[in-house]
Amino acid sequence: MIMTMVQAINQALAGELQRDERIVILGEDVGRDGGVFRATEGLFEKFGPERVMDTPLAESGAIGAAIGMAALGLRPVPEIQFMGFIYPAFNQIVSHVARLRNRTRGRFTAPLTIRTPYGAGVKALEHHSESTEALFCQIPGLTVVAPSSPYEAKGLLIASIRSDDPVIFLEPTKLYRAEKQEVPEEAYELPLRKAAVVREGRDLTIIAWGAMIPVAREAAASAEADGVSVEIVDLRTLSPMDRETFLDSVKKTGRAIVLHEAPKTCGLGAEIAATIGESALLSLNAPVARVTAPDITVPLPKSEDLYYPSAERVLRAIRKLMEY
Amino acid sequence: MIERFDPLKGERLRILDDEGRAAPDLDPGLADAELRTLYERMVRTRAADAKALKLQRQGRFGTYASSLGHEAAQVGLASAMAREDWFFPYFRDLGAFLTLGYPLADYYHFWMGNEAGMRTPDGLNIFPISIPVGSQVPQAVGAGIAIKHRKLGAAVVTTFGDGATSEGDFHEGLNFAGVFGTPNVFVCVNNQFAISVPRSRQSAAPTLAQKAVAYGFPGVQVDGNDALAVFAAAREALATARAGGGPTLIEAYTYRMGDHTTSDDAARYRTKEEVQEWERRDPLARFRLYLGHKKLWDEAYEKDVQAAASEFVEKAVAEAEARPQASVDDVFAYTYSSIPPDLERQMAELKASLPEGRR
Repeated sequence: MIMTMVQAINQALAGELQRDERIVILGEDVGRDGGVFRATEGLFEKFGPERVMDTPLAESGAIGAAIGMAALGLRPVPEIQFMGFIYPAFNQIVSHVARLRNRTRGRFTAPLTIRTPYGAGVKALEHHSESTEALFCQIPGLTVVAPSSPYEAKGLLIASIRSDDPVIFLEPTKLYRAEKQEVPEEAYELPLRKAAVVREGRDLTIIAWGAMIPVAREAAASAEADGVSVEIVDLRTLSPMDRETFLDSVKKTGRAIVLHEAPKTCGLGAEIAATIGESALLSLNAPVARVTAPDITVPLPKSEDLYYPSAERVLRAIRKLMEY
Repeated sequence: MIERFDPLKGERLRILDDEGRAAPDLDPGLADAELRTLYERMVRTRAADAKALKLQRQGRFGTYASSLGHEAAQVGLASAMAREDWFFPYFRDLGAFLTLGYPLADYYHFWMGNEAGMRTPDGLNIFPISIPVGSQVPQAVGAGIAIKHRKLGAAVVTTFGDGATSEGDFHEGLNFAGVFGTPNVFVCVNNQFAISVPRSRQSAAPTLAQKAVAYGFPGVQVDGNDALAVFAAAREALATARAGGGPTLIEAYTYRMGDHTTSDDAARYRTKEEVQEWERRDPLARFRLYLGHKKLWDEAYEKDVQAAASEFVEKAVAEAEARPQASVDDVFAYTYSSIPPDLERQMAELKASLPEGRR
């Protein structure tokens, strides 16, 4: 069936609720309203208020409650309405969700799948365009996932819900309805902790994820006209990171660009560049480049174009590396 | 009984007076053996706590938060709980842990600096102690939600100090509990201090129990140095919770007799006179008087109880200290459900740098 990413997510959630009665969705507006992006549309009607719970407006309370629910055998799938509002729950995520397995030596775990829309590019209000994945990738115990298409979203979300580890599932707001794609009706899993080569090329590797994949594709298509063959690695799981896939690619192409919409400093690009430096230095024909947002606060919509990495910026980086 | 003591009117539930006489209309009617068990649990708690402080001074223990003065609150509460109930503790809960059957050797092992001590034995419904203040409150509410969903008929107890009532998680948790009508019993052990900051700096409200009113369920302040009062309030709140009657907030009004932890010096912020005033209200001494009036206490009994407590404690120390140090595998194994390749490499690199005996 041809569908958008938000429909694929909705289908994944519906299927999982049907499959496993321990699964409970909770959050703000996830129930009767079906979510502000309609990701949970129709689920409240189908599964009832105990399986699809509208909670009071309190992110820490919701994630904290999800931990207790998980300890008593439920499989909560909380939604944080926007990544910019996840910070009140940060303490629960970092101090408890991520480390419950470790601090109880496995007696208790918190295998939550925390879904949250992230990223800029939709001209939203202040605090609605955050891409702060690096904050979570630093925390041992968390799995951080970001899908880049409807097909990927369904398979990765199902795998996340079925995983025994807590997952921060970052849904790129910009891609919710940007493209439609053939997505199988039935449930399927895409592997966590595994990156994918989504475009093959010979001369240069772009490493990206989520909403940056279409930007990378656009830049790659333009580069093709210049005679440059670009390979794209979709990281998919940002942490724990699959380093082999992009290292193999870079060893082949000899050039790498990391592309992310988070600010540059201490972004995941730094980790990826360091990994390439550690493990593929002698394969490089040019320094690793980073195309990222600048180290500034996400501007309001009228200036969003000054922040969001464009295909044009990526293309310039490609040319620079090719001329190095 | 709880509704007879309105925190908005400054009323506090107390059953034992200073001389250890029980108010007849409030006495929970425990059998003689049960009363002695309550007392023996408090003695054991105090002995285990004193030993922990001693071990800390000898360098055999990490930083430790003493439970001195909290024995009635902890033991009275936990004695009212049933085996199927859940407990979400804070970091000053030794008496409750012991009463619920948590092995003292494990508890010591944790405070000696090893996570393995916080692996609750199977069959005990005890969550690990929560160090970030108040963060256990919404978790306990989530457990309550799960109990409702799964129709388990159990209750959830969570404890925290007076300082925690200033945390957002306290308010979010109680608010969720009110909205969802969860089977929770919230127990604020108001010991008058959050490290150095006095109770008056946590809230302008005359009692902490009255905060429950704003969340739409009952709150009661009890004398936290009165084991019978804590037990009676907890028993009633637990029965209400298990029967689907919703949450209750209990404020156990007590005093932290020791420093906040072994890294603190309470003499910097409170007077000797204040501490002496509270020494007169010692929960064990008052309960001893009560047992004496009932002819359940004499010197010989006391000697036996102290000897048993001492033996219990020494055995636990020996057991905890005999346990091996955590290995590299131990500290890596529980980060994820399975070790990612990256972490395997980090483990190998670490092991290579360690002497043979530490790998």
